Amino acid sequence: MEQVLFRHNRPGRCITFAEYRSQGGFGALTRALRELAPLDLQQLVMDSRLRGRGGAGFPTGLKWSFVRRDLPGPRWLICNCDEMEPGTYKDRVLLEANPYSLVEGVILAAYALGVPHAFIFIRRGYESAAANLRRALAEATTANLLGENILGSGFSCHIDLHLSAGRYICGEETALINALEGKRANPRAKPPFPAVKGLWGGPTVVNNVETLANIPDIVANGPEWFRSLGATPDAAGTKLFCVSGHVQNSHCFELPLGMTLGEIIDGPCGGMKPGRSFKACLPGGASTPYFTREQWGIPMEFDAVAKAGSRLGTGGIVVFDEETCMVGATLNLIRFYARESCGWCTPCREGLPYVRHILERLEGGRGEPGDIDLLREQVKYLNYAFCALAPGAMGPVDGLLRHFQEELREHITLKRCPFGGRG
Amino acid sequence: MIPDSLRKELAARVREAITPREAAVDIMKELQRHSGWLTDEGVEVAAELLGLSPLQVEELATFYEMIYRRPVGKQVIHLCDSISCWCMGGERIMEQLREKLGVEPGGTTTDGRFTLIPCACLGNCGEGPTMMVGDTLHGRLTPEEVNDILCAA
Repeated sequence: MEQVLFRHNRPGRCITFAEYRSQGGFGALTRALRELAPLDLQQLVMDSRLRGRGGAGFPTGLKWSFVRRDLPGPRWLICNCDEMEPGTYKDRVLLEANPYSLVEGVILAAYALGVPHAFIFIRRGYESAAANLRRALAEATTANLLGENILGSGFSCHIDLHLSAGRYICGEETALINALEGKRANPRAKPPFPAVKGLWGGPTVVNNVETLANIPDIVANGPEWFRSLGATPDAAGTKLFCVSGHVQNSHCFELPLGMTLGEIIDGPCGGMKPGRSFKACLPGGASTPYFTREQWGIPMEFDAVAKAGSRLGTGGIVVFDEETCMVGATLNLIRFYARESCGWCTPCREGLPYVRHILERLEGGRGEPGDIDLLREQVKYLNYAFCALAPGAMGPVDGLLRHFQEELREHITLKRCPFGGRG
Repeated sequence: MIPDSLRKELAARVREAITPREAAVDIMKELQRHSGWLTDEGVEVAAELLGLSPLQVEELATFYEMIYRRPVGKQVIHLCDSISCWCMGGERIMEQLREKLGVEPGGTTTDGRFTLIPCACLGNCGEGPTMMVGDTLHGRLTPEEVNDILCAA
């Protein structure tokens, strides 16, 4: 299978600047600065049909095109490496193996957007990824691929690393902007969207690590090539799928976008662990409704997954075997979200602990028949939250209600968890 | 006491920032590195350097999971309790740590060596259960390995 983002990787270590360059690295930047106008580069990314790899899947070129270029003051670019969605570790794997594709991608995006100063926002716990990036930025600066008057083109760009200190909400783009400004990371109201009014009030683009790391190869090989990498006509590019849970090989794989769930689990993942069988999975990280055997043949690309009632999200697939209590799993997820709520708005601050309470009751054998309806109501109410955290949190609850109602009822009638969970 | 040399170093970091408070997380982390936790004096110093009130620094400090506003042990153990680690037996590892260290989550051992804190996903999901001791990640934990790691830490 064609490897793009992992093409440069060497087993067990991070590649060097010289290795990246000898494989054509920074060639796309050199060419773009010489041959492409910023808007041509933006058009190229639009034509590639690259969609954001951070969770929402918004078309990257389109996002760039929303940036107001006629306002006074600087524009900003932020790379979101606050990878804290449970089940997601692709950006860490990418950066631990190769920080250079991202650095080149950030400079290219900055050139397309006319941004003189970009930031990479990186989470706590990714210390070795941050160290790789710091080295890569220094090497790129020394080689005049970053900094003032890059390769004599007249374009200057600086990249700062911001090392965060934990908290899931920092990954929400407007919360991230507040965090970067040194403010408490509560989300901001949208509109205005960051493309109009973001960091320090200037037009701002926030893109995920994997999204930006794809840009150099799109520039080098063209949008048609990129579109041809997908497994279905609707899917463009490869995707980093990071798999965890009860599969034989729980690693991060670069696969064609649109491979089916079954092909991913039976193929690179080597199937389930010995003696275990597949029950369900989170298809795209902690905030996505479960898939079951019924969705085995769904192509793992944005539209097909959405049509099947879930979200491709980050591509973090968490696989559960038949011994897993889905009420217990959902309770674990809701505990995470209740703890990570920033507390800014009432539906999220009050609603998530209430949902946690209901699930604790059910898992602890103290559930009542009305609890299922209560949960269903909350799935609706939490959509009134200020940002996407609470509706995302209710994704697995929604999946639980749709796919595992029998299991929920069993908890109520038996007055205990059939899998031995204590709640 | 926060030494003058550290204050000068931090003041230089603030000068590099586009706006002073952009450096807030860096400053809090450096002060924490110096004292082991972000002390009351640290909050005052950070406020002075960043041009904020101590309360504004407090608001930030209490927001971040990995800024400690209470004394912690020499090593902080962050054990992931999110979904991938949970389904690979993370709760068993928590039991083992509680028993071995004789502390509840959030507590510090009587000898001051370890503080045990459950935490959000550490991004090592393919190798659950995972914990971070200081800055080092340990994955695919078994109860036996936990003992070895604690002895070596």
